[in-house]
Amino acid sequence: MNVPFKSGSPIDRRRFLGDAARAVGGCLVAGTFLARMATDARALPAQALRPPGALDEAEFLGACIRCGLCVRDCPYDTLALAELGVDGAATGTPFFTARDVPCEMCEDIPCVAACPTGALDHGLTDIDDARMGIAVLIDEEHCLNALGLRCDVCYRVCPVIDKAITLEVEHNARSGHHAKFMPTVHAEACTGCGKCEKSCVLPESAIKVLPIRLARVDAAEHYRLGWEDRQPLVDELIDLPDRLPGPGTDNLVTPGGFEPAFKLPEALK
Amino acid sequence: MSRATRPPVGQEAIAVHGWWHAHRFLVLRRISQLFFLGLFLLGPWAGIWLVKGNLTSSLTLGVLPLSDPFVFLQTLAAGHPPLLTVATGALAGAVIVALVYALIGGRVYCSWVCPVNPVTDAAHWLHTRLGLKKGWQPKRGTRLWVMAMVLAVSALTGSVAWEMVNPISMLHRGLIFGMGFGWTLVAGVFIFDLVLSRRGWCGHLCPVGAFYGLLGERSLLRVSAANRAACDDCMDCFDVCPEAHVISPALRGSAGTSPLILSRDCTNCGRCIDVCPESVFRFTHRFDDRTSDDPVQATQPGATRAA
Repeated sequence: MNVPFKSGSPIDRRRFLGDAARAVGGCLVAGTFLARMATDARALPAQALRPPGALDEAEFLGACIRCGLCVRDCPYDTLALAELGVDGAATGTPFFTARDVPCEMCEDIPCVAACPTGALDHGLTDIDDARMGIAVLIDEEHCLNALGLRCDVCYRVCPVIDKAITLEVEHNARSGHHAKFMPTVHAEACTGCGKCEKSCVLPESAIKVLPIRLARVDAAEHYRLGWEDRQPLVDELIDLPDRLPGPGTDNLVTPGGFEPAFKLPEALK
Repeated sequence: MSRATRPPVGQEAIAVHGWWHAHRFLVLRRISQLFFLGLFLLGPWAGIWLVKGNLTSSLTLGVLPLSDPFVFLQTLAAGHPPLLTVATGALAGAVIVALVYALIGGRVYCSWVCPVNPVTDAAHWLHTRLGLKKGWQPKRGTRLWVMAMVLAVSALTGSVAWEMVNPISMLHRGLIFGMGFGWTLVAGVFIFDLVLSRRGWCGHLCPVGAFYGLLGERSLLRVSAANRAACDDCMDCFDVCPEAHVISPALRGSAGTSPLILSRDCTNCGRCIDVCPESVFRFTHRFDDRTSDDPVQATQPGATRAA
C-alpha cells in the first residue's frame, strides 16, 4: 500500500493538481478530435435526404439519438440508419436516397409519430407541409420533355401534381413549330418526397431532389417586385365593363372605327 | 502462494462447489446479455416485433418507451429543449431506465446488458492466456473526466457527441440495423484491452459506464463479503473482478466496518461469488451489513451504517 498522505498536505495537493492537469489535458486532446468529428458530421451529402419533419441539420444532430424507431415504422422501407464509412450522413442517423426508395408521403406520417425526441418535429401533421428537399430539373439537355418529347413521368407521379410540378408550354426553337412541355417545380408546394427523381426514365435521373440549402436562395431584399408590392399599380383604378367584339354584341368592329386587317367570316358578322 | 504454484483461478471453487455453482453468475450474465440482444434482434431477424429500436431508445410491445439516460443527457447538453421530449417518449423512457438502474446498481447495465462486455471479457480472457503485461493503467476516475468531456463537446458542438464513436452503439445498432465499418471501433476496443491496457476500456475509460456508475451510487442491490472471516486469501476474487479495487474495503475491512461492496464501480457481475471456494460473497441489499466476524451485530435490527 502507498504511504497515506495527510489530507491537505502540499504533496497531496501537488499530486492532485498534477493528476487533474493530466486528465484535463487528455480530455482536451480527445475532446478536440471528438468535436472535429461532430462538426464534420454536419456535412450531409446532397443525395441523403432527412425524413419528413426533420429539424435543421445542426439542430437535428443535437436531437436525434439514432434509435431507428422512424426506420422501423416506415412502411415502405424508405428510411435507413447511416452506417459508418458506408453512408455519408452522420453515423446512425436516418436518411433516404430518393432514387432508391422515395418517401411515399403517408398521411399519418408514422416516422414522425415514432420519433422519441422530436428530432422529427411532431408539429408536422399534414404531410404536404413536409420539406425534405426541393426537386430541381438538373439536366435540361437530356430531359425528354426538354427535348420536345412528351415523357411527363415526373409530372404524372408527383403526389402534389399541378402544384409542385407543372408543365409549362414553351416554344420549341429546334423544330420551330412545336411546343416543349417543361416540367417546372414550384418550391412552395414541393415536399421533396423524391417520387419524380425515382421515376425519371433516364439511366440517371434528370430531376433530383436537393436539400433546401442547395436548391433555394433568398430573394435579395433590396429588389422590390412592383407588380407584387402594389396591386393594382394605380390606386382606385376604375374597373369598367369589358366590351369585347364578337357575336352576340353590337360591337362587331373595334371601337374607334378600326377595321381589322383580316376578313371576318360571313357567319360571324 | 505464487501464481505458478497455485491452481488456476476458480479451480478450487469448482472442486468444492461443482462447475455450475462456480459459474452460475457468469452463465446467467451471458444468458442475460444474449437475451437483451436477442429481444432487439427478434424483430429484424425473425419478424417478431416485441422490441423496436436499439439501446439508445426503444419501444417495447408498442407501449413501454425506454431511453438511455446518458444519451438523453447529451441531447440536453446539445441544447435540444427537453419540453419537446415530454410527449414523445424520450423523457419518460430515460426516467424509467434511470430509476431502474438507480435501484439495482447502475453498472448492472455494464455487466448484464451491454454488448461490449462480452467483447472486453474475451479480450481479457485472451490477455490472461497469452500472459500479456498490464499495460497502461489510467486512474479509475479517468472515465469521469471522459464523461465530462463528452458532455462538454455535446454542448460546444450542439450534437450528441458520444454517439459519433460509442462502440456500444456501433455494435448494438450495427447488429440490428447494419454495421458498416462500425466493427472497426469494436475491434479497436478489443485490441486496446488485449494489448495496450488490461481491462482498459470498461474499467477506466468508458464514459457510459462512468455515467451508470454515478447513477447507481446509492443503489440497493449490493454484493457483500458477509462471510469474510472465512477468507483464506486465495485471491481468486481479485483475479476475476473487473474492478478489483472495489473488493478490498469490504473483504479486508477490520471488524466493525461494513462488508458491503459500496463502490459505484462494482458492476454486480457476481463473478466473485462464483469463484470463492469459501462462499464469502453473496448478493444482498445495501442495508444488510451483517458479517460473520461479529455475529452480535447480525442480530441488531436497523444496522444501517451503510446507508
